[in-house]
Parts: sequence; C-alpha cells; structure tokens
Amino acid sequence: MLEIKNLHVKLEEEDKVILKGVNLTVETGKVHAIMGPNGSGKSTLSYVLSGRDGYEVTDGSALLEGEELLEMEPEERAAAGLFLAFQYPVEIPGVGNMTFLRTALNAQRKARGQDELSAGEFLKVVREKAKTLKIDADMLKRPVNVGFSGGEKKRNEILQMAMLEPKMCILDETDSGLDVDAMRLVADGVNALRDAGRSFLVITHYQRLLDHIKPDVVHIMADGRIIQTGGPELALEVEQNGYADILKAHGLTEAV
Amino acid sequence: MGAAVQKSTLEARLEGLSTTGFAPAARKDALARLVAMGLPGRRDEYWRWTNPADFIAATPVPAQAFDDSDEAPVFEATDRVKLVFVDGVFDADASDDLALAGVEITRLAEAPDLNWASGLYGTLEVAGQTPVARPLAALNTAAATDGLLIRATAKAEKPINLIYIHRSEVSDPILHHVIRLEEGAELTILENGPAGARFNKVMEVDVAKGARFHHVRVQGRDHERRAATAIFARVAEEALFKSFTLTVNGVLTRNECVIDMVGDDAVAHVAGAALGDGASDAFLHDDTVFVTHGAERGESRQVFKKVLKHGAVGTFQGKILVKPGAQKTDGYQISQSLLLDDDSQFLAKPELEIYADDVKCSHGSTTGAIDETALFYLRSRGVPMEEARGLLVLSFLADAIDEIEDEGLRDDIVGRLEAWLNRHRD
Ligand SMILES: Nc1ncnc2c1ncn2[C@@H]1O[C@H](COP(=O)(O)OP(=O)(O)OP(=O)(O)O)[C@@H](O)[C@H]1O
Ligand SMILES: [Mg+2]
Repeated sequence: MLEIKNLHVKLEEEDKVILKGVNLTVETGKVHAIMGPNGSGKSTLSYVLSGRDGYEVTDGSALLEGEELLEMEPEERAAAGLFLAFQYPVEIPGVGNMTFLRTALNAQRKARGQDELSAGEFLKVVREKAKTLKIDADMLKRPVNVGFSGGEKKRNEILQMAMLEPKMCILDETDSGLDVDAMRLVADGVNALRDAGRSFLVITHYQRLLDHIKPDVVHIMADGRIIQTGGPELALEVEQNGYADILKAHGLTEAV
Repeated sequence: MGAAVQKSTLEARLEGLSTTGFAPAARKDALARLVAMGLPGRRDEYWRWTNPADFIAATPVPAQAFDDSDEAPVFEATDRVKLVFVDGVFDADASDDLALAGVEITRLAEAPDLNWASGLYGTLEVAGQTPVARPLAALNTAAATDGLLIRATAKAEKPINLIYIHRSEVSDPILHHVIRLEEGAELTILENGPAGARFNKVMEVDVAKGARFHHVRVQGRDHERRAATAIFARVAEEALFKSFTLTVNGVLTRNECVIDMVGDDAVAHVAGAALGDGASDAFLHDDTVFVTHGAERGESRQVFKKVLKHGAVGTFQGKILVKPGAQKTDGYQISQSLLLDDDSQFLAKPELEIYADDVKCSHGSTTGAIDETALFYLRSRGVPMEEARGLLVLSFLADAIDEIEDEGLRDDIVGRLEAWLNRHRD
C-alpha cells in the first residue's frame, strides 16, 4: 500500500534536516504503529506524506499503491486515498463542519469520477457515522473545530476519516487528549474501518491505544529514521522501559 | 485661462442641476449649507484616503453600462415590489404599482409639498452634518431629481426593491429617499444596481418606537461605477435598524452611514462585505460610519469585511460616539481585510468617543492573508486549492453576512459571492 524509501527531508527555510532516510513499508490491510521520542520526526513524516508546504524532500520516494505521492498536490493525495488525522486539528471559523465534510466528500468523489452525493443522502450517512462517534448535531453545525474540546477535535478527525473512506490512514497521536471512554470510541471507529483493503499508520506514544487498535507491526522512530521494527511486543517493551536501551543500541542518546 | 472668468468648483458642479421643484425651502437650506461647507477636498481629514475629485467634478467620468445578464437578477428569488430607476429616472413601465399593504409609496418628483415627509426631508441629513461635514449629502438634498417617500404603518408583507439601472455612459443621477417606519411597523428595503456613471444617493430613515427596518443592498459588478451614498438613520426607543451592503467591483465607492440612536433600548447594526480585484480595473471602497448613542441600553454593531487583490484598496472610518447619559451602551465595531496578495491595501481608522461611565464598547481592526494552515487542512481532505481558498474567503466574510436576518436574502448574497470568487480565480 505505502512504500517509503530512503526519505530525506529538510526544512525549506532553514538548513535543518529532520528526516534522515526513512524506510517503511505498510502492506495492504495491515496496521502499523510508529512510536518514538518527542521531536524524532513522526509528525514531519505524516505532513510530508500529505503534502504540507515548508519541507524540502532532498532524497527518496513515497509510493501509494505504486504512485509517487511526493509529486502530487495535497488534494490529489487525498483523492488517491491518503488521509491524515492531524495531531493538532485546525480550527476554521466561519465554515460549518457539515459544509466542510460535504465539500470534502464531494470533491473527492468528483476527482474519482463519481457522482456527488445529494444533500439528503449525505445527511443520512453523516448522522449515522456521527452517532457512533457520539458527535452530536450541535457539533456538526458549528464551525470546523472551533471551540471543540481536545477530545472532540480528535473524534471529529475520525468522523472525517469515516466519511472519506481513505485507503491509507495516518493517525498522528489521535489518542492524545482523549479520556478513557473517548479513546474506546475512537478505537472502535478505527477498528470498524479496518478491512483487507485499508491500511493504517498509527503514531502514538502509548501502549494504551494499541491495546484497542492491535497493530501488526510496530516501528520505533528516532532522530529522523526508523531504528527498529518489531511486533506488538515492541510497544510493550517501550511502555515498560522507555527508549533509553533502544536508543543506546543505535548509538543515540536520549537528548536527540 | 483666456479672458473667461474661472468658475469655482462648486459652481461648476451645480451647473445644470435644479434646486427648485419639490421641497423648495429644504433644498434652499441645503444649498446654503453646501455653500458654507464647500465641496470636499483631498485635504479634508474625512477624505484622507479617498480622493473625492471624481465626485466633485463638473461632469462624471464616462462609464459604460455593464452587462451582468450571465447572472440571475439580484433578489430574484424574493417576492418583492420592484421599483425601477433608469439612469436615475423612474421607469413606471418596468416598475410594479406603488402599492403595498401597510405602506405608502410616493415619488418625490410627484409630491411637491412632500405630504407626510415635509418635516423630514433633509432633517436627518442636517443632523448628520455635525460633528463632521458631509457636503455630498447636502448637495444631494439640494439637487436631487427624484426619489421615493416610503412610509410604513404596519408590517409590510414583502420587501420593496429599488433597482437602479445604468444605461447612458454619462448619466449622473442624484436620488434622495425618505423612509419612515411608524410605531411598530416593519419594512425591508432592497437596493441593487449601479444607477449611472456616477451616482449620488441619500436615504433618510426614521425608525419610530418599536419599529423594525431591514436594508440589504448589492452594489453590483460594474467596474467603472462611481458612487457616493449616505444613509442617515434615526432610531427610536426599542426600534431596530439593520443594514447590509455587498459591494463587488467599482472604481470608486464611498458608503457613509450615520446612525443616531435617540431612544432607549434601540438596536442598530450596519455591515458590509466588499470584494475588489484591481486586475480588472481600479478598485477603491470606502466605508465611513458614525454611530451616536444618545440614549440608554442601546446596542450597536459595525461589521465590515473586505477582500482585496491586485492593487485593490479598502478603507474604513468608523466611529462610536457615546453621549453623556447613554448608560449601558453596548457598542461594537470590527473592520477587517483579507489581502489575497501583497499589492493590495487596507486602511482603517476606528474611533471611540465615550462620555458615559457605564458602557461596554469595543473596536478592532485587522489585516490578514489566507490562513495557510487552514488551506492545507482543507486540501488534505481533498478540496482543490481554489475551492478551498473560496471557502476560506466565505468564512472570513461570514460575520458580516450573518447580519442579514432573512435566510433567502443571505443565500442570494452568498451565491453572488461564490460567483464572484469563481470569476476571479488566479
Ligand atoms: N516547521 C518547522 N520549523 C522548525 N522546526 C521544525 C518544523 N517542523 C518540525 N520541526 C522540528 O523537527 C523535529 C521533528 O518534529 P516533529 O513534529 O516531526 O516531531 P514528532 O516526532 O512528531 O514529535 P512529538 O512526539 O512531540 O509530536 C523537531 O525538532 C521540530 O522542532
Ligand atoms: Mg508529532
């Protein structure tokens, strides 16, 4: 599904190199998790994959189902099936959440040569999906993420994902800021979307989320690289011992 | 030049204009006011950012009528009484009957002694001349050729739509409307169209106790339009005054709005959304607002938003004056611009002057660009660049548009905004 090879990224405005050769392959239908210390480049990786400005790819490639993502506009990547649940979802005053969802969904359908959904059909689907995520009518009406609590914003990201039905879902710390019940809601939302044709890349600091969303593969990212890859047990190890040993084994100190 | 005696600018401007006809006394007074204050000049503080030269010139800069037939007529979806002026001349054939239950409508030109409006014509304009002189409005009162006297005594069942059509390249209409809402009445006035190559329009609005006045105006797509308009409103106890203006294009537009809140618990909201693209023609849009709180517990809101690109210029001068004794006043003013490139410019002068101690007043002014983070967020959800930018522009304008109470009218305005944005993609 997603094949990242030797990805090197620096900031456009500064000489700061953030990703120093990321290699990562997510197979179709699989759930991969990425853990790693603060500042190791996890969010940067997710932004670069989805096409945010401000980064310069100096080397490497990222293929989504064989197509080069890095040459596409952000909206083309979305239409190709990529979705990023933001670590910090963006507030857009003045744009209703419903309008936002409908515009996005119809834009993607159009890009894929499908008919736009009628207002009625759309409402039906959105209400149903919102209900399972405990997003009430009021939240749907309000401007996108404005005045939403941290947890509400994260649930709103999952609602967007459920509506857009992407093939490759990247979740950047979707668990942070969630209470125990909300975490279960979000995990259920993700699990409901798991199927043989859809892949996930779950960025998280905590084993807790991975109790609910069971990963097939766990990666450790540090200093702009994937330094270790393993099964679900790797997350448990991090949870118990922290990163010190793993970092040391790769010649890195904790203060990278 | 030569032996000829140089005419003064004022004499030249007045040449060919009639200051006799209806309301002779009021017009004579207005002329005297105008002579005393003189025409505005570039050096006047109140015209610091907007050069009045084209408004005071003897003749208008010729302007071709603009064909906007690719769009549905403004307000078409609303059931309304249509009253049409072509180059400032009332067109009875194109208009509906001057009849609406609960409302008296008379043409100024057909009411020599002004009927019920005899004590009103020019009086709100006079009141609005202090503390700042508004010579173009005095000129209007003195030399208007026509206009409407509209008096509502009950809740009107539909809006009145004043449609100003522009045909002649050199038309220079001066129209003056007097509107009075009697106690408890309710009326909506819709206005659209450029009216002429150069347009000078005054609307005096007297809102009596508990009455509700709504005004929605579309200053249309003509690039060459030059317009100086002024609204003078007096808002009585528990009365409501609400005005919204959409301006797209126009070489030069100055919209003044002077509101006097004379009764307790009065409400006055005035809002505007202006979009200018200097690539098609020059664009200068000036909103000049003066709200006076003269009674207790008044609520006023000024919400002005401008979207500017390719050298377009937007200006805002807005003042809230709270007189002694106007306690519990709630005054709010915001003026904002969204600059879509680095060439455009927004100038704002927000002012508060407060002589009462128990009031809540705030004002703010901002200039900004499209929020790149929000733009990326939208695009990451699959919304194409231009559509995403359009959504963000609409979101920027939302607070102003929300000042329109009627949903149908609001949708009409939003549709026009979207169409404009589609036509002006880079
Ligand atoms: N636009 C930017 N300007 C300056 N520094 C940046 C920028 N983007 C990323 N960085 C830096 O790059 C490094 C990686 O940041 P990134 O946000 O990708 O880390 P992360 O692994 O997601 O961390 P966390 O776990 O705290 O979310 C950090 O040192 C960060 O400060
Ligand atoms: Mg991060």
